[in-house]
Amino acid sequence: MNSYLDFEKPIAEIEGKIRELRHLSGDGGLNIVEEVARLQGKVDRTLRQTYARLTPWQKALVARHPERPHCLDYVAALVQDFTPLAGDRKFGEDRAVIGGLGRFRGRAIMLIGQEKGRDTAERVTHNFGMPNPEGYRKAVRLMRLAERFGLPVVTLVDTPGAYPGIGAEERGQAEAIARSIETCLDLRVPIVSIVIGEGGSGGAIALATANKVLMLEHAIYSVISPEGCASILWRSAEHAQEAAEALKLTSEDLLKLGVIDEIIGEPLGGAHRAPADAISSVGEALERSLSELRGVAGGDLRSRRRQKVLAIGQKTLG
Amino acid sequence: MSWLERFARPKVRALFRKDDIPEKLWEKCPACEQMIFHRELEAQMRVCPHCGHHMRIDARTRLSQLFDDGAFQTIELPAVPVDPLRFRDRKRYPDRLREAQGASTLADAIIVAHGKLGGHQTVIAASEFSFMGGSMGMAVGEALVAAARLATLQEAPLIVIPASGGARMQEGVLSLVQMARTTVAIEELREAGLPYIVVLTDPTTGGVTASFAMIGDIAIAEPGAMIGFAGARVIEETIRQQLPAGFQKAEYLLDHGMLDMVVHRHKLRETLTRVIDLLMTAPRSADVVAYPRTGLDIPAQPRA
Repeated sequence: MNSYLDFEKPIAEIEGKIRELRHLSGDGGLNIVEEVARLQGKVDRTLRQTYARLTPWQKALVARHPERPHCLDYVAALVQDFTPLAGDRKFGEDRAVIGGLGRFRGRAIMLIGQEKGRDTAERVTHNFGMPNPEGYRKAVRLMRLAERFGLPVVTLVDTPGAYPGIGAEERGQAEAIARSIETCLDLRVPIVSIVIGEGGSGGAIALATANKVLMLEHAIYSVISPEGCASILWRSAEHAQEAAEALKLTSEDLLKLGVIDEIIGEPLGGAHRAPADAISSVGEALERSLSELRGVAGGDLRSRRRQKVLAIGQKTLG
Repeated sequence: MSWLERFARPKVRALFRKDDIPEKLWEKCPACEQMIFHRELEAQMRVCPHCGHHMRIDARTRLSQLFDDGAFQTIELPAVPVDPLRFRDRKRYPDRLREAQGASTLADAIIVAHGKLGGHQTVIAASEFSFMGGSMGMAVGEALVAAARLATLQEAPLIVIPASGGARMQEGVLSLVQMARTTVAIEELREAGLPYIVVLTDPTTGGVTASFAMIGDIAIAEPGAMIGFAGARVIEETIRQQLPAGFQKAEYLLDHGMLDMVVHRHKLRETLTRVIDLLMTAPRSADVVAYPRTGLDIPAQPRA
């Protein structure tokens, strides 16, 4: 654990003390076990209290936490024989979107996900998880491939949004997203989407139109980023906290609104504190969803998916 | 002429009569800044006679320019939950909504109408940009679903004429979901073997472009219309570069293969009529019979 979010300062202080104690005891052989246990208990209590009532804005910060597990971490831990497939066959290869064949709990799947990258070099390679049109066209190509071979499609959503650039516009960013949504709605194989971090607007829904949409507890999913919304409606990005509140972008709100089907609980203090645990919870939830959809006829999968999408909006926050 | 039409037409006409009283006699072209006499401007369908600039027009005017004799019937927009998120920025969303409704006499940012176009029964859904920037929330999404179903019911082509800033932020993720909902509606129309024509007008951006607006069987745009996904300011701030001349204009999109044609407003009605004539001549084949069954094509099944 290296980076703490602003609101995690009290936790950082206690953990700093623990580190100090350990350091001191290393020299003098002091018995610190009791004191460390006491402090650790305090850390857990503080974490539990803090994370039980994160504000929507704090959730946005957690969802974007640099140490939060990313798409490739899930692939490494959950997918065997992962065989990345590249390119849209039209223009290029977009590394903001990872795609490939692999085996999940023994069964072949097609995995498609957005990857933000970990360090600076990786972030540049993956364009900070902001796909160009090629990323969505690759996704469409891989979804069709999966359909031909009867493989379920699993998508991992984690993007600030589709990339706003000159080339992206020239090559039809809007059209690429629209076709990706269209393909999601047309497929005759199961699609399960998991919002693992940031579900940024059209760039996210392009891959999140699915039979089952799952979402990690502290992930966010929104029509616009809180900063973007604030700068338009409040005329200043400084109102991002209020915008986050108003947008109802938390997993809890989205479940109430019927936009997602299930919340996957995160380890105490967020997925970044115990990535392995978070990844394994995602694995369990994914297995449950895939087995529910296994054996359902292709046409039914498609019509149920469409019915589900059309039914959204019947539930409101009241 | 049936009694229904006799009854309906004068009513439709009466709606436009109030527009005949000009608020100002002369109007300045926002592009070339020349003054244009209001009668001239109306006769030119609000295209500048000096520079050809296509001014924005409201949805009703648009519909009356397209349907035969300017006659059409609108449908009541399906009811949707109002303010599902209880959204409040500097103003309450219901207040913004009421203001827009009062100013426009519309329920939301779209009109769905049906009537004859070049003799063909046609359904047209047109955005009202002056209503909260033509933004798409649940009402607009539901109106498009209704428009597609009406077209299917009438075995008519569907023309959609967007003019929209994108998704309506005040309805949060529920407006985002309209991107998928409207796409379902278009897929259903397509499977019924009916044409889906989009006429992109100034401006069409964001979640509207990235869903129903960009999947037309035929994609037409008006000259000079701004069409894109991201806003120009957002792009400039992201890449810190000047944008090329004509960026995101209809002609630019045409050059980049994103549109079938850019059509002058004076030619729009005849172009739409011709396209519909050509697409609707062959006996219609719905999706279920579109592909000859060979007995070998087994629908895809998820492999156990």
